[in-house]
Amino acid sequence: MAKKRIFEGLKIADFTWLGVGPIAMKFMANMGATVIHIESSTRPDICRVSPPYKDWKPGINRSAFFAVYNDSKYGITLNLRMPQAQVVAKKLIREWADVVADAHLPGIMEKFGLDKETLRKDKPELIHIATALQGKTGPYSTMPGHGMVGVSLGGITQVTGWPDREPTVPFGALTDFLTFPHMITALIAALLHRRKTGEGQYIELSQLECSVQFLAPPIMDYMINGRILGRMGNRSTYAVPHGVYRCKGEGEKWCAIAVYSDEEWRHFCSAIGNPRWTKEPRFATFMGRKENEEELETLVEEWTANYTPSEVMNKLQTAHVTAGVVASGEDLVADPQLNYRGTHIIQEHPEIGPHIYHPPPYRFSKTPHELTMPAPCLGQHNEYVLKEILGLSDDEVADLLIAGALE
Amino acid sequence: MSDSKKNSGLLSDYRILDLTDYKGVYCGKVLADLGADVIKVEKPGGDSTRNIGPFYRDVPHLERSLYWWAYNTSKRGITLDIETADGKDIFRRLVKAADVVVESYPPGYMDKLKLGYAALSKIKPDIVMASVSAFGEAGPYKDWKADELVGWAMAGQAYVTGDDDRPPCQISFPHGYLVTGSHAASATLAALYYRELSGEGQHIDVSMQESVLWTTLQLVQFWDMMNLNLFRAGSRRSMGTALFRLAFPCKDGHVGFLIAGGQLASISMPPLIEWMAEEGMLGAFEDKKDWGPKDWTEKVDAMALTQETVDAWEDSLIKFFANKTKAEIYEKAREKGMIIYPVSTTKDLAENAQLKDRNFYVKVEHPELGETITYAGSPYKMTVAPWRISRRAPLIGEHNREIYEGELGLSKDEMRQLKEARVI
Repeated sequence: MAKKRIFEGLKIADFTWLGVGPIAMKFMANMGATVIHIESSTRPDICRVSPPYKDWKPGINRSAFFAVYNDSKYGITLNLRMPQAQVVAKKLIREWADVVADAHLPGIMEKFGLDKETLRKDKPELIHIATALQGKTGPYSTMPGHGMVGVSLGGITQVTGWPDREPTVPFGALTDFLTFPHMITALIAALLHRRKTGEGQYIELSQLECSVQFLAPPIMDYMINGRILGRMGNRSTYAVPHGVYRCKGEGEKWCAIAVYSDEEWRHFCSAIGNPRWTKEPRFATFMGRKENEEELETLVEEWTANYTPSEVMNKLQTAHVTAGVVASGEDLVADPQLNYRGTHIIQEHPEIGPHIYHPPPYRFSKTPHELTMPAPCLGQHNEYVLKEILGLSDDEVADLLIAGALE
Repeated sequence: MSDSKKNSGLLSDYRILDLTDYKGVYCGKVLADLGADVIKVEKPGGDSTRNIGPFYRDVPHLERSLYWWAYNTSKRGITLDIETADGKDIFRRLVKAADVVVESYPPGYMDKLKLGYAALSKIKPDIVMASVSAFGEAGPYKDWKADELVGWAMAGQAYVTGDDDRPPCQISFPHGYLVTGSHAASATLAALYYRELSGEGQHIDVSMQESVLWTTLQLVQFWDMMNLNLFRAGSRRSMGTALFRLAFPCKDGHVGFLIAGGQLASISMPPLIEWMAEEGMLGAFEDKKDWGPKDWTEKVDAMALTQETVDAWEDSLIKFFANKTKAEIYEKAREKGMIIYPVSTTKDLAENAQLKDRNFYVKVEHPELGETITYAGSPYKMTVAPWRISRRAPLIGEHNREIYEGELGLSKDEMRQLKEARVI
């Protein structure tokens, strides 16, 4: 029996770059859509020219940063500043695509003659989905940007770190990763609508507006109660101890522990062998433990220091206490649960060689994900897409090549 | 269903039974704001999410949690104890008229109640069921517990977050399970799309650990490709390079900026240096004042910059920003097209001019308080059948009568008995 794919036959022309758009369309590809990713060597995706590079050796086709966000797609290069390339892009959209995705600043798609009005005029069933750091309208929308500063604009930096120190910046382009699931949601909602009515639409996302969803309660807290959220380190209002503790071993060996209820506190005490201090009255109640939290944390760390992070996690989880290793990249590669679940999927990339990709973080019981191929090298599928999909002749392709439209 | 209801949103054909606590709460909100009929099924007395602060006017109360409010918009709410025989019976009747069940109980719990996917798909063959859990429905850690902190740790985020002389650190308003809920929402819609094509429902297994892993910047790949464990360094970070600062102190807080090299530097550095020159504060950029975008792309390789150079550049910038406010720097960045952004507080976000211009925040009636409350608005602008908050979050058991009497046809007497038996 043929494999079941959710979006079998759905065709996406993916003009996006960086994080949000590429990942969202990669997920669609993993769920069965055919995705053609359009780039240009005149303005390479910044992910292509940023590490991690295979064996530290830079190269336009050697970064996993790009690869992991673009597997299972065909890749073509079009220099959309050239009219000949714009003709190809329009042909691809008019004759082939169900969906156009873009992640350009306002004005860029317009400059290429690929604005939403033009695209949807002859093809009302087309879905055009666009994402930008601050959306496509408004006084700040034309500012260039990326998720590594988006995380600051979006309010997350300010509330990460210790109360007595300057803010810590979350490592990656976090707002990209908070936005792309919303892009998928909006796109599928539009596809459901199109299936019912035959009608396409234009959808626009702002990374800022998506990531602000994840700070909605503290923003309401400011609006209603006048409180500005500060940094709390690892402290929690609901659990004590609640922190990250140093464990045995060389280098950065840590385990996170969270004890929520009196019952969990009793489990915790028995898991660590009921040392005498656990019987002290000041630790008997939640309020008491909160009041003496700093001292409690020192005592907890005296215990964790005797064991590796995995030993601490295993002892506590076995006793029904919430605990987990602070995993490094190396630990994540070896993580038994991730490996059981098939989180790490090796694909053989033509230049990088075999390396690790990931499926979406959910599994369907009847329509398994497919990572059909590694990420494309720059322009890898020009011939295939132009000739097989668009039906251009050898001569037409040669003309494009000579004109520089395929750069 | 009335016509007005049918047209009220993109997803108004679908009914969703939402059995989640805070671990999956965002999924139902996403679908409800797009028009789906989401019915929150709480245990009698209310779901534990109602205990999460902050609270309206700082009064801790089950009906005043801003967390509950924010993430249960547009849902209706009923109470039901699905562990009782009567509760199970009622739940099965609800499932017959539903399209989706989303739940976040520990793996195996629903099966034990004979309400797992296998059982429900016998009652309603095309049901879609989404299960949100910490580590997934199967595997060596499936029964382990994870809160936000442990999820953040086990997905690699803690390792790269925080000051290097203190323990790894989390975000003070953690969002791991909310992100998981956003994935559950898109996966649910994908399954509904497949059901439209094939007539088949299915089960979806959503893992928080994997969802948070998808928020890391390729910690796995840095190890896989470069044998490098990325590490935490406060407001600075390295990608196998020198340490680069991502937040710079200024007069009234911080601004987000990254010097980098290549394309990113070519956008921001020439106008920034021009601005520094205007104020006679070039510092370590003295020899770069004539550099154009091309010079920054071609001459500066971020991978090869020494720590000494980066530190000298950053020190000059810290001096330059010291007497300027976030707002002043941001306005200049907009004017000159530089990638410099304020490190926003929650107050800044509430007052953000771009969000205001786009009418992001929306007002929602709270008839029980006689007040209108401002909420975060739509994550997407769709031209057809737009997103909207159709009602504030449900009160405990607010729609019991509407659903049990109105739809299931229970009598007042049956309602009383079920209530006394603490089934509803």
